[in-house]
Amino acid sequence: MNVFDVLWKIALMAIITYLCRVLTLVLVRKKITNVRVLSFFEYLPYGVLSAMVFPVVFYSTASLISALVGTVVAVILSFFRRGLLTVALSATAAVFITELIINAI
Amino acid sequence: MRFKYGCRDGIPIMLGYLTVSFTFGVSCVAKGFVWWMPLLCSVTNFTGTGQFAGMDLIASAGSVAELIATMIVINARYALMGVSLSQKLDGKTRLWQRFVIAFGLTDENYAVAIRKPQDVTFSYFLGVMLTSFAGWVSGTLLGALAGNFLPESLLSAFGIALYGMFIAIVIPPCRTSKAIATVVLTAIAMSCLFYYVPGLNKLSSGWAIIICGIASALIGAVFFPIQPEDNKEKQIADGVIFGSQSTQDNNGEKDFSSDRNDISMSDNNEIYSDEKGKKADTYCKKEGDSRQGGAQ
Repeated sequence: MNVFDVLWKIALMAIITYLCRVLTLVLVRKKITNVRVLSFFEYLPYGVLSAMVFPVVFYSTASLISALVGTVVAVILSFFRRGLLTVALSATAAVFITELIINAI
Repeated sequence: MRFKYGCRDGIPIMLGYLTVSFTFGVSCVAKGFVWWMPLLCSVTNFTGTGQFAGMDLIASAGSVAELIATMIVINARYALMGVSLSQKLDGKTRLWQRFVIAFGLTDENYAVAIRKPQDVTFSYFLGVMLTSFAGWVSGTLLGALAGNFLPESLLSAFGIALYGMFIAIVIPPCRTSKAIATVVLTAIAMSCLFYYVPGLNKLSSGWAIIICGIASALIGAVFFPIQPEDNKEKQIADGVIFGSQSTQDNNGEKDFSSDRNDISMSDNNEIYSDEKGKKADTYCKKEGDSRQGGAQ
């Protein structure tokens, strides 16, 4: 791997990422009053996050079974309103234990 | 909304980021990068999905065009969040401060800021972003250094950490808001279509996420428009407003703290009448600063 190559590609990534963030934050400074538009932005994070998680979460670990177990654990715990960190770490632990069991069989 | 309250609200994110960026550091070293490369990437990019995807492409010697396209597609959601956060920023926020805030506009920082009942000030957001940034950078460094020593099984398990965090943001409000539940289910169904249906699955995952997110939020906006002024308080009590619902557990560290704890617990309390809600809201504003991070 060419060090120079890696350096400028990381810089390129950083520039694009920053431009995506700064563009609307600086250009759209007026308050939006339209109810539908406001509602759209209220709901957007839920839509984006849900699409980011499902279904790729099922393939985020070494085996489908362990990912399923981890996902179920995360969904149940968050349904009962456990916090972000608790849910994330419990899902991780569930995957770890499931894979230990799978490998032992 | 002062700097230190931002820091306090940033702590759970910092802890979450430690795990995720640890995974990032580990995976980069596994792909053959030298330890300081993922570190440099985290310091300059400060984004999750984009970094994973970008370093993947660099490692596999993908074309520059592909790298640019992938980064734009994955990060385009930040432009949408920018519009949304822009609505929430304090009127006194200067232009240069917006340029600083933009660097810290991550999914989680955005989620924490947007669920605040008051306007978001520059110093508050700075607190959130510096705290979470510290977690992001140090996690990457630890991961990059430890990567060579960790067993395969542990690495695999960490793969789910980020998703677990997102699930914990999305699921709780679905219990009390039919609107959010509809948006979430629509997005999941569409996302599965784009993943499994032959033909549709040719679309890159970045584009699929944007399309699913926009379409599901549009459905929410059309069928469940939120009336801003007249019944805002009631909807807050119902948990319609983003995130106001999820601070049920009082064990502090577990969730983003919110000033709105007492009026968001609609499971324990009957839904507030508009008048009561207004009172609580005024109280929140008045006492806002001293009570921030009330969950702790």
